[in-house]
Order: sequence, then structure tokens, then C-alpha cells
Amino acid sequence: MNFETTVGLEVHIEMQTNSKAYSPSPVQYGAEQNTNTNVIDWGYPGVLPEINKGALEFGMRAALALHCDITQDIGFDRKNYFYPDNPKAYQITQARTPIGTNGWLEIELEDGTKKKIGIREMHVEEDAGKNTHNPDGYSYVDLNRQGTPLIEIVAEPDISSADEAYAYLTKLRQVIQFTGISDVKMEEGSMRADVNVSIAPIGSDKLGVRTEMKNLNSFEHVRKGIQYEVKRQERLLMSGGEVEQETRRFDEPSGETILMRSKEEANDYRYFPEPDLPPIHISDDWIEEVRASIPEMPDKRRERYTQDWGIPAYDAGVLTQTKEMSDFYDATVAAGADPKLAANWLMGEVNAYLNSKQVELSDTALTPEHLATMIKLIEDETISSKIAKKVFKEIITNDTEPKAWVESKGMVQLSDPAKLQPIIDKVLDNNEQSIEDFKNGKDRAIGFLVGQIMKKTRGMANPKMVNKLLMASLKER
Amino acid sequence: MDYFKNDLASIHDDLVNKKYSVEELTKSTFDNIKKVDKEIEAFLKLDEERALEKARKIDERGVKADSILDGIGIGIKDNIVTKDLTTTAASKMLENFEPIYNATVMDKLNDAGMITVGKLNMDEFAMGSSTENSAFKITKNVWDTTKVPGGSSGGSAAAVASGQVLASLGSDTGGSIRQPAAFNGIVGVKPTYGRVSRYGLIAFASSLDQIGPLTRTVKDNALVLNAISGHDAHDFTSSSREVPDFTKGIEDGVKGMRIAVPKEYFGEGVDEDVANAVKDAVKTFESLGATVDEVSLPHSKYGVPVYYIIASSEASSNLQRYDGIRYGFRAKDVKNLEDVYVRSRSEGFGDEVKRRIMLGTFSLSAGSYDAFFKKAAQVRTLICQDFENVYKDYDLILAPTSPTTAYGIGEEINDPVTMYMNDILTIPVNLAGLPGMSLPAGFSNGLPIGLQLIAPRFAESTMYRAGYAFEQSTDFHKAIPTLGGQN
Repeated sequence: MNFETTVGLEVHIEMQTNSKAYSPSPVQYGAEQNTNTNVIDWGYPGVLPEINKGALEFGMRAALALHCDITQDIGFDRKNYFYPDNPKAYQITQARTPIGTNGWLEIELEDGTKKKIGIREMHVEEDAGKNTHNPDGYSYVDLNRQGTPLIEIVAEPDISSADEAYAYLTKLRQVIQFTGISDVKMEEGSMRADVNVSIAPIGSDKLGVRTEMKNLNSFEHVRKGIQYEVKRQERLLMSGGEVEQETRRFDEPSGETILMRSKEEANDYRYFPEPDLPPIHISDDWIEEVRASIPEMPDKRRERYTQDWGIPAYDAGVLTQTKEMSDFYDATVAAGADPKLAANWLMGEVNAYLNSKQVELSDTALTPEHLATMIKLIEDETISSKIAKKVFKEIITNDTEPKAWVESKGMVQLSDPAKLQPIIDKVLDNNEQSIEDFKNGKDRAIGFLVGQIMKKTRGMANPKMVNKLLMASLKER
Repeated sequence: MDYFKNDLASIHDDLVNKKYSVEELTKSTFDNIKKVDKEIEAFLKLDEERALEKARKIDERGVKADSILDGIGIGIKDNIVTKDLTTTAASKMLENFEPIYNATVMDKLNDAGMITVGKLNMDEFAMGSSTENSAFKITKNVWDTTKVPGGSSGGSAAAVASGQVLASLGSDTGGSIRQPAAFNGIVGVKPTYGRVSRYGLIAFASSLDQIGPLTRTVKDNALVLNAISGHDAHDFTSSSREVPDFTKGIEDGVKGMRIAVPKEYFGEGVDEDVANAVKDAVKTFESLGATVDEVSLPHSKYGVPVYYIIASSEASSNLQRYDGIRYGFRAKDVKNLEDVYVRSRSEGFGDEVKRRIMLGTFSLSAGSYDAFFKKAAQVRTLICQDFENVYKDYDLILAPTSPTTAYGIGEEINDPVTMYMNDILTIPVNLAGLPGMSLPAGFSNGLPIGLQLIAPRFAESTMYRAGYAFEQSTDFHKAIPTLGGQN
């Protein structure tokens, strides 16, 4: 029997607002434990949540970038459960009125085929704190993360393979990164996925029983987990068994999934409307205001690069992988650089540098203005491509203005005929033999003469200009 | 200082005219409390040292002539968070809890120059109608110390009724200010939901809770409500509506006022004396120029079950934070995390609190939600509509506050359903978010009877105007208890 796979994905993404979703504490990764907290985050007696409008706006941004309809009358709900990192013992979420519904995301598979994955809903909620279990036998609670605004994005069960799930997550991360609401760093936990997998005989109109894997924080784990689950479920069904609805954990070392808890042990979250927060109306004007604040999405940028600037599709893809790179590229072109040359530099020298140093663009001293200036210096032949490599090294490591630096270092090519001609004349005067050789058809002589001229100019002469002037002078002799 | 013979205005005049200093006033207040409260047991905690220090500071800078509350003491229900002053909600769970912040109402009272005298007894987490659910002491009714003071703001009512303070703050979720005010023969007001910030009020049922003043007179009540009302950025359910001066027009009378009396409020369980006192009140209002008609609030009869589902559901969620981890009571010799939760909560909460947590948890559970919480929320909407319909034609509703006068200590505590029925006449007001007042309207066997006035949302001024007119034309508020608070 052959089976088809259905994958459901719920992705949580932490948003980088200034303050928390329901309290004025700052949102900041890596601060000393429990310093970014206040009485609200502790669930102190008598406190009330305070809505952060910025978190709602960020949520709207994501919803609009994912082509969702915005729910204009939203309310908040409580999801109740006990855990030490959850001080109120409930999470404020949007169970009845997700801010976004009915969206989609287009993914591209490795063979180039495209597929639209539906987004069922997207809501804003709050993150919990963090428990750490120390070898001293105690568990410690850090509430810095408590209340960090999250969006949860629930995909329709349109994903039918591990590879599609991988492509979906990659694209989702890219789109969210371009909205500017999150850095979507898996390793810092700012993007996490809950995955559910079921299989059913091909052509069956009913979905199979699904199993869930929670809090996966690597795309590769998602891919491997789904692959393992599909095989496990196939084996079960083929051997006459049944798939149980349960929560499983992906175990990295073994590449297997392991039973965590069965359906019977599942929480009853006792959702009910949050009485401390009144419903909020999102006006048409507010939606349009937020829409206008969303940066251009990667697909649009790619289109612009290939169609307007003639950049090859592959290059355009590389340049739009991160918003940082794409913004940098746009800024470099805006500063006057030729789009093709700018693309070559970013994909060549710049990427090579970033890879070799294992850093991000923002960790370097390079600015779009300096890169553009350097490219213009090459274009107008102020510097040679050989010198350009030295200039590049300087401007990516130090915040140096390239034009002034080139001039102060005497790296400007000698291109002025008025200055070059006397040198050429002198070299020719001193090398009668070479002139003879040239006239007798010995082209080697030119190489020798150019070498002499370069020597006299300590290599700073513009080779193109030297050639041009030399040829003219030789003809006159 | 004799608080039976004075009101806020007269004491303010004396302070401004330097007949006595704020320090002298404060000292005499505490001296009196120490005598009287041995018998009444209204206070859980006194804040004498800081109160005297503040009094001296006010004396130094001089009492502000334009600030009528300046330098006068007030008692605070112990579910209102007071910085550096133990706040227990009368629960073992918070027995030694010293908050690090102030409720918004405390900041407002401080701004007005009021001096916090101490914290007042209540039913644990405001759950109850007799103050017998306090984990710490049994407060007595000043008119008969074998009777309960009502609840849950029993301490707040008893402290005022026994002349220990002129004013106190209580909280009202289903009648917890109005019913004890009625049992004690004083004035208690539950403002419109959203009128007063709940920030710093230890939550019982968030969609129903509201802080309000208890005083001896209607005008004093309006003065305190003036001080604590207004929008608060910390409370998204607080209204940004402008706050009028509630004393403005208070003396304008009720001529032409259209008053409605709901027939459902005189049903089974309402004592004859109580019903008669309210009927007398109707005559008084008519004699003052108001028109009074009988109306119907058909869904009122569902108020009690709807309330106990909604309030308990919200409470079951609100009280989850008391888990023994970050503050408050933690059970000793626990084995693991589950044990910390289960034992701390089992040992820290009293029976009534546990009963309501269970009731609420059940009502919200998958499988019960639709039949209980959701249905209750729908009926709540119908109850609101009943009131809206009446207010199309009327300015005010008049009713008894409580079906009976104060009952005996220990009499009803073991019969939760009878106890819950106490609030049948006050609960619909909370469900609809309306302002309500209880004021003295008679006596039955020496125990006070309360008259309830219910106004449309944010129409507290109407309520105060009617209450003042009634008070000025009757003598019930002038009666002084013969026990406890006698000077």
C-alpha cells in the first residue's frame, strides 16, 4: 500500500518589540537573569496586563506579509496551565479572534516547482520564561523572556513532505525576517516549530491519526523528524497496527522520535475570554498605516533585480536571502554604484570575506556608500582592480572613506596624458633598439617598453592609457 | 475625635482652623481603635507609626484648605495592595506578604492627603458574605456582636459603623460593599465598572470587581469617590470618561426623577421588615417629588447561578498564581514540584476559596464550557439588557440591598447555597457593570436595613443626589450603635 503524507506546522516567532506584550519591561536577549522583569511579569498579586500596541502592529505586519485577512475586532483569551516559568499560570493569547486568517505563502522546491501553502491563522500571544535545571539539584527560573510577544503561525495541512516542510520554514523565516519584526534566529529560540504528521492511503478522503512533535528549533530536525515519523507510521500501519494520537520528541543523536505523552495526558487549557483586557477594534486606517510600513518582500525585490537591473536570477536569489544583504545592495546602488558591479562585489569579495571570518555584514565596517565609492573609483579608472583589492580590505575592516584614502596613499592611477607623455617620450628616447624591433614586427618590444614605463611610475600608471599613448607615440617615430 | 458626630467637612474645617492638629486627630483615632476594635475586630493590621509620621508632615506643611480629605484617616480592605504594608486578602496564602508597590487607589488617596490607618478584615480573597471566611479573625456587627458584619468587606463596614474611621475602601464583586454597608447601617457604593482603577486590587473576578468607598454619610461617600476615580494607564478596563465632581448638584433633590422598583426584588426570601422599609422609602421619594413605578427585570432570577459560574471561573484562573513559588505561603517538606503546588494550595487556601476554584475549574473545562461558562455569559447579556430597557424610561432603580438583616455568626457558614442567596439583590448590578449604593433605610429588631439605589452606567451623580435627598429627609443615618463604638 502507498501512503500520502500530511504535515501540519505551527510556528512560534518571538517579535523584537521594545517592550513586552503586556508589560513595559524591555525585550532583550542575553540580559542577566530576571533583570528585564517587573511586578506584571512576576504575576504579582493585584497587577493587570497592559496591551503593547507595538506588538499588535508587528503581528499585523506579519499577517499582511503572509497575505492574511486582518480580524478587525480582536479579543484576548486566557490559556491556563501550571508551570514555574509561567507565573500567572495562564498565557494571554487570541484563541477566538486570531489577528490574521486565510493567508498563504508560496514555496519553491529544489526542482524549481512552486506551491502555495495556506496559512489558516496567525495570532499574537506571549512567551513563557525559562527554566534551567542545575547540577546542584535546584531548578532556576529566569523570567526575562516571560511576556515577550510571539506570533503563532498555523499552516493549512497543505504540506505533503519533509522537503516541503523544510522549504516552507525557509521561506517563512525569510518573509518574517524581511518584515523586520524578528531576527528569526533558531539558535536563540526566536523561531520554534510544532509539527504534526499523519499518513493515509493515497486517494483516501480521510486524514490519518496524527502525532505531534513540539518545540523543534532546527529546520533539519523538522525534516528528519517528519521523515522518521512517516516511516514509523508506515511500518505500524503495514504491520496491522494503529497510530496513536500522541506527542513525541525528536531525539537528535538517534534521529528517532520518542513518545512524550499520550492524548489522555494532554492539558485542558480551559480557554476563556481575558477579563482584564477589553476587545480592540483595528480600523481600516490603522491597517493601511501598518501596510505602508512593511518593507518590500524578497519576491518583489528579486523581480526588480532581474527585470530592472538585469541581474541573473541566481544572483538575485542570493542577494535577497537576508533583508540585511538586500538592503545593503539597494543602498549601494542608490549611492551610485553600477548594479551589476555592486552585485559582483557583494556576491564575490564581500561574501567570501563574511564566510572566511564567520561574521555578519553588520559586524564589518563596510558601508554601502564606501562600497559604491570604491566601485565608482574602479569604473572611472582612478584605481586599478589590483589596487581595488587593497582598498576593499581597508574599507571592510576600518571605517575609511575610500577616495580620500586612495589619494593619501598615492594609489591613484596615473591616467593624465599630460603627465604620462613626457615619461613615455623619455623611455622611447632611451630605447631606440626597441622602437626598431617594434617596427620590424617584434611585438615583444611593446611589453618591454610598457614595463619600463610602469617602472618609472612605480606601477601607478594606468595600463590602458599607457598602451594607447605608447602606440600613438611609436607610430610617430 | 467622635466620628459619630462629625463628617469629612466638619473635621476638615477643624483642621484648617487649627482646632486640633492632624497629629492629634490621628493619635485620637488610634486610641479609639485600640479600645473599640478589641470587641469589633475589624482591623487585621494597623499602620500607626507611619500614619503619625505622615500626620506630622502634613502639620508641618499645613492642611490644604482646598483639599477636604487632607490629613484624615482611612481604612483599607486587605485585598488592596499597599506598599510595605502587609496585604493578605485575609488568606493564609499571603499571611506575611509585603507588597513592593501601591494600588492606584492608594496613590490617589495619598495625593489627596489621606492617611492610611490600617488594613481591614474580609472574607478570604473577597469570597463570602459574612467575613467569616477570613483566615485570621471574626469581625463582629457593631449593632449586635453576635451577628456578622456582612461581607466580604465586613471589616471596612464595621470599622466605619463603629466610629473607628470616617471612611474606608472596600471592594464589591457581587455585593461585597453594599451588603455589609446595609448590615452595618452605613453608606456603601460600588461605582460603575471601569470608574475606579483595579490596578493593585487582588483579583477575585476581574470582570466584576470594583473598589468603592464606605462612609457614614452620602456626601462623604461622594468625596472619597471623587478622590479615587479616573482612568489609569495600568488598567485597560478603566474608563477614560471624564470624572464629574460627585458632590456637585448633590443637594438638587429628586423632583421629577423617574424611579423604578423591580417587582422581582421582593420575592421569596425577602424579609417583611426589609420589604416594608423599602416601601416606606418609595413613599419618601414620592413625597420629595419623584415618580415611582413598578418594573420588571425578568432575568434577575438567574443572577445568582450566572454569577457563581462567571465569578468562580475567573477566580479559578486568577488564583492560580498562588503556587508557592515566587511569594506567599509555601508548604514545608515537599517532595517535588507537583507537591509544591498541591500542598501549598491545599494548606494555603480556605474551604470557600477551594470550593470556588473547583466550581470555576469545572465550569471552564472542555466538555462543560458550553453548558456553563458560555451559557452564563449569554444570560449575563440578557441581564444587562433588562437594565438597559428599564433605563430607557427611568433614571434610577430602587430595591432592597439584602433580603435580610445581619444573621448570627456561625448561622449560615456551613450552608453555602443559603449564603450565596444573600447576594441575590446585589449580584445583577455587578453583572451589568452598573453603579449601586446601599444606604440606611430602617431597623428590624435593632439591626439596620439597607436601601439599594442602582443607576445607569457612569450615572453615579444621580445615585448620590437621590441618596442625599433620602438621607436628609430621614433619620436612620443618625442612629448610633449602643455597643462597641460608644464614646
